[in-house]
Amino acid sequence: MMSKSDGDICFGNPTELHGTKAQIPNVATEKNTFTRLDDEDKQQEAQSPTMSPLASPPSSPPHYQRVPLIHGYSKLRSSTEQMHPAPYEARQPLVQSEGPSSGGPGAKAPRHQASLIRSFSVEREAQDSNSNYPDEPWRITEEQREYYVNQFRSLQPDPSSFISGSVAKNFFTKSKLSIPELSYIWELSDADCDGALTLPEFCAAFHLIVARKNGYPLPESLPPTLQPDYLQAAFPKPKWECALFDSYSESMPASQQARDSNRMEKATIKDAAADFPAPTQATTGDDSQALKSTADEALPKDMSKDPAIPKDSSSLKARPRSRSYSSTSIEEAMKRGEDPPTPPPRPQKTHSRASSLDLNKVFQPSVPATKSGLLPPPPALPPRPCASQSEQALDAESHPQLSRAPSQAAESSPTKKDTHAQPPLKPIRRKFRTENQATENQEPSATVGGPSSAATAKAHPTVQKQSSKQKKAIQTAIRKNKEANAVLARLNSELQQQLKEVHQERIALENQLEQLRPVTVL
Amino acid sequence: MAVCVAVIAKENYPLYIRSVPTESELKFHYMVHTSLDVVDEKISAMGKALVDQRELYLGLLYPTEDYKVYGYVTNSKVKFVMVVDSSNTALRDNEIRSMFRKLHNSYTDVMCNPFYNPGDRIQSRAFDSMVTTMMIQVC
Repeated sequence: MMSKSDGDICFGNPTELHGTKAQIPNVATEKNTFTRLDDEDKQQEAQSPTMSPLASPPSSPPHYQRVPLIHGYSKLRSSTEQMHPAPYEARQPLVQSEGPSSGGPGAKAPRHQASLIRSFSVEREAQDSNSNYPDEPWRITEEQREYYVNQFRSLQPDPSSFISGSVAKNFFTKSKLSIPELSYIWELSDADCDGALTLPEFCAAFHLIVARKNGYPLPESLPPTLQPDYLQAAFPKPKWECALFDSYSESMPASQQARDSNRMEKATIKDAAADFPAPTQATTGDDSQALKSTADEALPKDMSKDPAIPKDSSSLKARPRSRSYSSTSIEEAMKRGEDPPTPPPRPQKTHSRASSLDLNKVFQPSVPATKSGLLPPPPALPPRPCASQSEQALDAESHPQLSRAPSQAAESSPTKKDTHAQPPLKPIRRKFRTENQATENQEPSATVGGPSSAATAKAHPTVQKQSSKQKKAIQTAIRKNKEANAVLARLNSELQQQLKEVHQERIALENQLEQLRPVTVL
Repeated sequence: MAVCVAVIAKENYPLYIRSVPTESELKFHYMVHTSLDVVDEKISAMGKALVDQRELYLGLLYPTEDYKVYGYVTNSKVKFVMVVDSSNTALRDNEIRSMFRKLHNSYTDVMCNPFYNPGDRIQSRAFDSMVTTMMIQVC
């Protein structure tokens, strides 16, 4: 049993472990099972993935092994059924010294040996024994911590700053817990009662919410493992900042795991939430620089919220009670960011009153019309030989009637060729020409004349086919432009009228003002 | 010992009222209610200029044969009313003030909770426990 990972962990005796196994909450079992339970983990329910990767600071290598395990765990973790405790690396020595609750000092030695079988049984025992250790459900595992931190970042990019009350309220309300419960959870987690949540407070609150959702009754007071100072001591900084801490040997594997688990979590967690922590948060915090560098690695996506971040961090630091509105802008920006790319820019609304006319409706119909010829061609920019085919396909999409064009074009090819001698023989050029023709019929001829002269023979047949398509495209474009013109003219006249009315009102008001004024003021 | 503690909103409805469980709880409620008039009187008499800690504490509103009623008003016109048993060794003014200060602090903590809407009944357990200690301790 001891064979394998003897070297891994410096600790104790398997015998001790056996004896104390039953008493040990997942704490030890997790460790033990790590290297072994690669496959079995998946079978078991939410493995208390002691995400605390390191059994002991000195023995970092073994923990690398655990990285893949944690990946599997992260998925399970995301829907934790049980709050399996995860002994914090930093605490292990302490816990060991404390002994009893953790089942003895030697127990820590996650005897991987905790033989596979034993580990299984112990897991279950540990799960049962969770109730004996009221603290255990309230321990935050590494993965949970990662997740919470990611969520925190999605709300507030700077992990050393805090989330305002309104932001947190909106966020936690999504958990669908009742307001009194949320209120109580807030009461528990906001230790300094300042109406804002720092990172440890946020993790505690999130953890309580998760626990509550999983059926755990809320505690009467904040469990010691969820106290902000405890959390801060255990996790001084987000995982990917651990690389900064030389004192923690776990930093290396932890950061690796962080990256790995980050990627994992991204797979499991909404990308939008996870990616929002803008790596470019170097505005505040001492570790911002390091965070940036490591975060850049960890978070490939860069949702740059640079303008928002300094504003938010500064406003949030100002005081939570002052209701930092910029933080809400993060939310909105987040929501906006989650949406598909913004639609094409709308024409400016020059008149406030004219908004009722809905300029968008006026302009948008014309835009697609003009672009109908534009859209299909650009994507088909690939090499010329293929261009003709792709173009045909594209054109066919936009202009159904053009499907008939080829046949027609073939017949009238000679005539078309004469009339459309200008259409560039190069497919690419022709696309541009169609665009231009859609808007202005004059320019393309001039601009295209040059390229067309250089056209090669292979473009001829396609050109003839295209010319008829072009014609139809042009006609439809012209029609639409005329409609747009009419609408615009009408709009113009209406606006002029409004302008006159406004002028009249203004004159009337000025008259009144003069009358009411006792003395004319120079 | 504080036999009854009440937090009254600006519009003079109770946000929180809790008494030592006796058969005459209703009497306490009544006393608190009548004390509101005195509170309003004191507030209006104070004038608009003075708003420091001293003025927040209204002092003895009125004594009855068994009880004394103390009042305290915050800057947002939220009133704290405390009914104290007279038979108890006379509590010094400072003690009452400190009790009110604690009440005020707990109240602000409740307000800090974003899930608390001003005007709701106070259901914070922390606040409850604080009031409990006050009721027990002061005896």
